[in-house]
Amino acid sequence: MSSKSPDESTTPRDSQTESATETMNLVEAVRHALHTEMARNERVMVLGEDVAENGGVFRATAGLLESFGGERVVDTPLAESGIVGTAIGLAMTEMRPVAELQFMGFAYPAFDQLVSHAARMRSRSHGQYTVPMVVRAPYGGGIRAPEHHSESKEAFFVHEPGLKVVVPSTPADAKGLLIASIRDPDPVVFLEPKLVYRAFREDVPTDAYGTPLGEASIRREGSDVTVYTWGAMVHPTLIAADNVADEDGIDVEVVDLRTLSPLDVETVVDSFEKTGRAVIVHEAPKTAGLGAEIAATIQEEALLHQEAPISRVAGYDVPMPLHELEDYYLPQALRIQEGIREAVSF
Amino acid sequence: MSTQNEADQQPDSATAHGTADPLQILDADGTVLSNATVPDLSDGDLIAMYEDIKLARRFDQRAISLQRQGRIATYAPMTGQEGAQVATGYALAAQDWLLPTYREHAAKYVHGMDLASLLKPLCGLREGYAIPDDVNVMPEYIPIATQVPQATGMAWGKQRQGETDTAVLCHFGDGATSEGDFHEGLNFAGVFDVPTVFVCNNNQWAISVPREHQTASETIAQKAAAYGIEGVRVDGLDPLAVYAVTRAALQKAKNPADDERRPTLIEAVQYRYGAHTTADDPSTYREEDEAEDWREKDPLDRMQNFLTNRGLLDDDLEAEIDERIETQLTEAVESVEAATTDPATMFDHVYDVLPARLREQRAELESLREKYGDDAFHEVLE
Ligand SMILES: Cc1ncc(C[n+]2csc(CCOP(=O)(O)OP(=O)(O)O)c2C)c(N)n1
Repeated sequence: MSSKSPDESTTPRDSQTESATETMNLVEAVRHALHTEMARNERVMVLGEDVAENGGVFRATAGLLESFGGERVVDTPLAESGIVGTAIGLAMTEMRPVAELQFMGFAYPAFDQLVSHAARMRSRSHGQYTVPMVVRAPYGGGIRAPEHHSESKEAFFVHEPGLKVVVPSTPADAKGLLIASIRDPDPVVFLEPKLVYRAFREDVPTDAYGTPLGEASIRREGSDVTVYTWGAMVHPTLIAADNVADEDGIDVEVVDLRTLSPLDVETVVDSFEKTGRAVIVHEAPKTAGLGAEIAATIQEEALLHQEAPISRVAGYDVPMPLHELEDYYLPQALRIQEGIREAVSF
Repeated sequence: MSTQNEADQQPDSATAHGTADPLQILDADGTVLSNATVPDLSDGDLIAMYEDIKLARRFDQRAISLQRQGRIATYAPMTGQEGAQVATGYALAAQDWLLPTYREHAAKYVHGMDLASLLKPLCGLREGYAIPDDVNVMPEYIPIATQVPQATGMAWGKQRQGETDTAVLCHFGDGATSEGDFHEGLNFAGVFDVPTVFVCNNNQWAISVPREHQTASETIAQKAAAYGIEGVRVDGLDPLAVYAVTRAALQKAKNPADDERRPTLIEAVQYRYGAHTTADDPSTYREEDEAEDWREKDPLDRMQNFLTNRGLLDDDLEAEIDERIETQLTEAVESVEAATTDPATMFDHVYDVLPARLREQRAELESLREKYGDDAFHEVLE
C-alpha cells in the first residue's frame, strides 16, 4: 500500500490563467467540487446518510447519484461510527471516500473512529497505512435549527494530532479547499458553515483547482488591529470591521484561517507583528476554544510586538441555546466591534 | 386500566422470533378480527384514546401550518403514527418512564406533558425541555438512538432501588436500529434483564433511506433474538393491537414468568405519511402513491369505525370532541406565543452553581444589552 499516488498533489490554481467562472453559493460550490473531483478520479466516492437519492439534507450532494451511480454515491445506514469506520477501511484500499456527517452535532458516535484510528493510522503503522479521506459536516448556528444542530466544536478535532481541520468561509474557497482536501494524503475534517451555505454568491472558477491547505487568507488589510476568525464568523467580522472603520476610523485586518489544523502560524504572526493587537472571533464556547491556542501562539512567537491584551469574542460557555436566544449567544457584529474597540483603545 | 387476557398475548413461535406478520386486532375498516380479543379497556378509555389520536392529528396540522407561517421552527410531523404513539402512552402506568424522540409528541402528551410544553421548544424556548413535576417523561432525544442505552440504565436503576412496579419505555425509529447505541442498549438490557420496553416505530423511512436499505434483516423485531430478548411485530396503525402488545410487554418487564426475560423489542409497523420534517421534501426520494395503501389502514379512521360500530360514537359526541380539541389547541398556541425568554436564562442550569467565569459572561451580555438594546443583536448577515 503506498501512502501517496502521483495524482494526489494539490495544484494551486495559477491566478494568471484565465478560467471560466460560474456564480455559486457555498453549498453549490461544495457540490461542484465533489462533481469535479469525482469526474477526475474514479476512486473518489461519497457516502453518508441521505447523500444519494435525496442529495443530502442541504442538497450538497444533489445530482451526484445521477452522474456517478449508486456504487460511488452511497446512502448508508444511519450509523456515524459505521460511516467513518468503513470510510477508513475504504481509504486504506486506496479509495478516496468523502463521508458526510449530516450535522457536526452528530459526529460524536464517529469520534472514536476519527481520533483513535483515522488520525493515527499513519503514525501507528509507521507510514505504512494511511487514511486519505474527507469527513464533511455542516456546523454552526444562526439558522434556527433544533437542539444539537448548531454546535461549533472544531476544537475537538484540532486537538487530535494527525487530523487536518478545514473550514471555508466563501464559495470559491469551499470548492478549492474541498478539492485539496480530497487530494490530501491525510484525513481531513471539512466543516461547512451552514449559515453561509446560501447567504451569498460569488464567481467560482469552474476548473479543477485546489486551494492549498494550511494557508490563511487575509480578507481585509489593515494596520491597527488583526481579527482572526474562520467560517461563518468571517462575515459578521467583516461587517464589524467596516463599521469601526466608518465610526471610529479603526483600520482592521481580517485574517480568515481557513485551515485550523495545521494552523498557518506564519500568517498569524506576520499580521500580529504588523498591527500589534489581536482579537479572535469564534462561535464555539470560549473556554478551550481555538482562540486560546491562537492567543498562546501569538504570545510565544511575537510577544515583543504586543500592544494590548489579546481578546476573544466567542460563544459563551453554555450549551448552544435554542433559536430564541441564539443571536445573543453568537458573536454578532455588535460584540465583535466592542472587542475591536477595546483592543485598540488599550 | 387493566391488562388484556394473558392467553391472547402468548407469542407463537414465529412471533417469538420476530418474523411473524404484524399482530392485528382491527382490520383495515376497524372491524374486530374474528380471532382477536379487544383489550379490556373501558368505553371511556376507548373514546379517550380516539380523542387523543384525533387531537394528535390536529396538533400535527396546526404545527405544520405554524411552521409555514414562520411561527415555529422545524417540526417533525407524526400523521399516520398517532395511533401507535397514543396506544403506547395508554399502556404506560403513571409511574413508568417514557424516553421519547423528537417525533413522539402524542406519546408525551398522553403520558402527562401539556400541549403548550410540546410547542415551547419549537418556539425556540429553552425552558421548553423542562418537564413538569410528576410527569415521567424525559426531554425528547434528538441524536438518534441515544435514548436506548439510557432507558436500559434507568430501568436498571429502578430495579436496583426496589421499584419493581416501574418500567421504562423508549421509542425510536427504524433508522435508529442501525446505530451502535441501539445494539448496546438492547444487549445490556438482555444481559442485566432489566424492565425495559423498546418500541421501534418503524415508519419505513429514515429521512430518505427506506427500511430495506437500513438493515438486511427481514424484520426489526427479529433483532431481539440476538440479544436474548423477545421481539414482537404489531400493526402500528392499529391502536388496539399496539396497546395490547405494549401493555403485555410492560407487565412482563415488571413481573416476568419463570422462563421469561423482562425486556421486549416491539416493532410497530407503520408509515410516515408526510415529510420527515418541515425541512424535508419526500418527493425527491419516494413515490407519493406509496402512502395511499397505508392510508387505507389509517388509525384514526379505524378507531372511528370501531367506536361507531360499538355504538360508542355518534355525530354529537364527535362534534363535542372536535370543539374540545380546537379550544385546547388554540389555548396552547396562544399561551406559548405569549411566552418570552430572558437571554440571561441561557446561563441557568448549566451547573448547579454558576462558576465565576460564567457569571462574568452573563454580566457582559447584560451590559451589552443595556448599552445597545436588543435589536442590535438581531442584525443578520447581508
Ligand atoms: C446521531 C444522529 N445522526 C443523524 C441525525 C440526523 N437525523 C435526524 S432524524 C434522522 C432519521 C431518523 O430516522 P428513524 O430513526 O427511522 O426515525 P424517524 O425520524 O423516521 O421517526 C436523521 C438521519 C441525528 N438526529 N442523530
